[in-house]
Amino acid sequence: MLANDTPITPELVASHGLKPDEYQRILDLIGRTPTLTELGIFSAMWNEHCSYKSSKKWLRTLPTTGPRVICGPGENAGVVDIDDGEAIIFKMESHNHPSFIEPYQGAATGVGGILRDVFTMGARPVAAMNALRFGAPEHPKTRHLVSGVVAGVGGYGNSFGVPTIGGEVNFHARYNGNILVNAFAAGLARADSIFYSKAEGVGLPVVYLGSKTGRDGVGGATMASAEFDETIEEKRPTVQVGDPFSEKLLLEACLELMKTGAVIAIQDMGAAGLTCSAVEMGAKGDLGIELDLDKVPCREEGMSAYEMMLSESQERMLMVLRPEQEAEAEAIFRKWGLDFAIVGYTTDDLRFRILRHGEVVADLPIKELGDEAPEYDRPYTRAIPPAAIAAGDVAEPNDYAAALIKIVGAPDMASRRWVWEQYDHLIQGNTALRPGGDAGVIRVEGHEKKALAFSLDVSPRYCEADPFEGGKQAIAECWRNLTAVGAEPLAATDNLNFGNPEKPEIMGQLVGAIEGIGEACRALDFPIVSGNVSLYNETSGVGILPTPAIGGVGLLPDLSVMATVAFKQDGDAILLIGKAGSHLGQSIYLREILGREEGAPPPVDLTEERKVGDFVRSLIRAANVTACHDISDGGLAVALAEMAMAGRRGAAIRLPATDARHAYLFGEDQARYVVTVPAGAADGVRAAAETAGISATLLGHVGGESLDVADIATISVAKLTEAHDNWFPAFMAGGI
Amino acid sequence: MKSAVVVFPGSNRERDMIATLEKISGQRPVSVWHADSELPKVDLIVIPGGFSYGDYLRSGAIAARAPIMAAIAREAERGVAVLGVCNGFQILCEAGLLPGVLMRNAGLRFICKEVELRVETTASVFTSGYAKGQVIRSPVAHGDGNYRADDETLARLKGEDRIAFRYVGNPNGSIDDIAGILSEKRNILGMMPHPENLIEPLNGGTDGRPLFESALKAVA
Repeated sequence: MLANDTPITPELVASHGLKPDEYQRILDLIGRTPTLTELGIFSAMWNEHCSYKSSKKWLRTLPTTGPRVICGPGENAGVVDIDDGEAIIFKMESHNHPSFIEPYQGAATGVGGILRDVFTMGARPVAAMNALRFGAPEHPKTRHLVSGVVAGVGGYGNSFGVPTIGGEVNFHARYNGNILVNAFAAGLARADSIFYSKAEGVGLPVVYLGSKTGRDGVGGATMASAEFDETIEEKRPTVQVGDPFSEKLLLEACLELMKTGAVIAIQDMGAAGLTCSAVEMGAKGDLGIELDLDKVPCREEGMSAYEMMLSESQERMLMVLRPEQEAEAEAIFRKWGLDFAIVGYTTDDLRFRILRHGEVVADLPIKELGDEAPEYDRPYTRAIPPAAIAAGDVAEPNDYAAALIKIVGAPDMASRRWVWEQYDHLIQGNTALRPGGDAGVIRVEGHEKKALAFSLDVSPRYCEADPFEGGKQAIAECWRNLTAVGAEPLAATDNLNFGNPEKPEIMGQLVGAIEGIGEACRALDFPIVSGNVSLYNETSGVGILPTPAIGGVGLLPDLSVMATVAFKQDGDAILLIGKAGSHLGQSIYLREILGREEGAPPPVDLTEERKVGDFVRSLIRAANVTACHDISDGGLAVALAEMAMAGRRGAAIRLPATDARHAYLFGEDQARYVVTVPAGAADGVRAAAETAGISATLLGHVGGESLDVADIATISVAKLTEAHDNWFPAFMAGGI
Repeated sequence: MKSAVVVFPGSNRERDMIATLEKISGQRPVSVWHADSELPKVDLIVIPGGFSYGDYLRSGAIAARAPIMAAIAREAERGVAVLGVCNGFQILCEAGLLPGVLMRNAGLRFICKEVELRVETTASVFTSGYAKGQVIRSPVAHGDGNYRADDETLARLKGEDRIAFRYVGNPNGSIDDIAGILSEKRNILGMMPHPENLIEPLNGGTDGRPLFESALKAVA
């Protein structure tokens, strides 16, 4: 353990992830050499993970406001009005680096962190999702990582007691050395009782709550801001250890305390623990903070100030309380068996002062720690997007039935049941739509019919080919998935996972994707209200596919008309709403059947997207629809197959005249849905579509035991289901 | 009719259970804190699901030694109906109010899915609303649901008609497909599945409802 007056050498500065010019900035700011603790504090506040120094310039361009937005980015989570005086509070955050090093704990604490972000603001978590990306299935580490991450997500969420109702799992060799674990959580609160992190009032007690501080996770945020190499195993001690039991107690104690009116400000201790939470509370409120570390409950003896300030021990909170309610607050925390300690006070001198054993070990300007963090306008280059591939240049399958069976059983397309059956998706008793559909849906507690829909989406292969169109597509698909159950998309959170931003081509991906996201959000009135950026997702110089994951929330005022994907009854008419499929570039068909990852991704016409989506939603809400599914990965053929498998019944389809049957079936053109309606209603829907200027094509009818595409293929639903259901369990059992 | 739901640190389906009892009986159950040593006078005591004390020791082992458990044992002895679901079942076994033990699932993974149960006896306040042999749906959500008992205990459970539910398609490796058992006096039911999560159309079915309806009616 190093002493606080350890000489600050260039090596020590470098090992804290600070560049020489950044260190010079520190020297200029404080006018002297920092102590070791101060160096640690700067490294915690100024790393990429906490400061957003490479992305801030671009994040500012995103639309973050709207009539329903109560609180946009900058707080622990975004807050959106859902009528009746209620609000939904949500965010998504990455835990990529820790999960690669230690999959169970990395994933578990990722879930714990995002749940804390939500209940810190006064909301009871009601839904969780996660977007997971792993290396190629054949990579020797993949199975171990899938197993550990899924167990970790479940281990935390199940014990805490939040339903995990959706998410994504993908495989690609570009994640071999750097998996992605993005966790989403949403909670419900009264719109007039939201809690924020801004401290107010001088001389008020700063209270430490929750679990004790240990040495786990010291320097975690700095680790998360660096690339990996072969020495990664040595970083294991920077991964935190999760305790969902303590988190559940912390939730109950916090919500109980918030009801008393004692809480002025609250901030959870996430990345960079005590440092980040205290600085944020003070800096936002234009107040100084003085902490006496001797008062901090510790798990082990002899911890230095440096270790305590950088510990990322989990399940901890910092609050500023009304002094007259201190005793009441303490009693609540004692009842729940949690630590409660006054560790400092707010001051009027705008200093962040840390005492240990009666000595001042750090004394820094609090505003500058946050506001004066370096901000970079990093150079970027935009790659020229690949040319579009004409359908005529893509071979037809020899056997359409075999091709579709292969596609629905491909690693990226197979059923995720093996995963979501390890997540408690039913707890709380409000789950209206279980995982496996277009979106997860929960009823809003206390209402009969009012519900919320949630979806997580991004197509990294599109983003790799064209970050701008890929960014647009991620938003469009999320918006479409919410629409497909009948919900009105309200707002979204983004989790931007990219490689090393110091490389201009990676920075170009980040810029392009943010521009695409921004354009789509504006066109669809779908603001970004919270988010997280994870950069340096590289191992030994190989970056991940650019992966800007989008988590969206939609409002469904009447559950009784919610649409689901399953075919419901024989004889229902099947309609394609939207244009004919034509685009095979970057498609699943091209990759899985022809082994080509090529071409431009499908362009996203946002005007069309909105027009078609609004039309489909109005059909659903008028109770005209018996099933609805959006068309995305794998095109129309996969959408029909999924509807057939979910409904355990087939369909008889006849394609309209086309010169590219494979593009009609497997093209991934955007802004499209498949709906079923009672046979007699089909003409009315087509007429309404025509009036709205939307293409609607009668494809055929539900019925039978096969998906029968006239003159092309007859595919047994049972065979599709077998291929679809078997891949994941067989892979995890080591059979593939 | 009055009911109580016992809350331990780490309980997490207490809100589901409270909502279910309230929806079915029209009366909100009393919440009882684990550290209390007295129970209010009620007709039905429910120990809900969750991860009491994190289940970091054997599931239910610490909760089984909480002050409230002695009061529950006294009330059960008087004939008050006691229902333990999931973690509640584990706690009742650890407390010795039901025989046997719940071990790690045979597949070693947590499992959340809907399963089918066969009603094996209607001779209890919890199962009298079903028909003997009736197959009902119910969600399960547990990591430690693998019921085990020695041969003698198993023989007694069978001989005394105390197996309340068996799985049709065993999800966790439980001996003899056992999903729920009754006490000797038949007023204590422990079961791993969650009937409280299948009581209204929103949940996709109402097969859990008769269990609560009959229990609440019997004691009304």
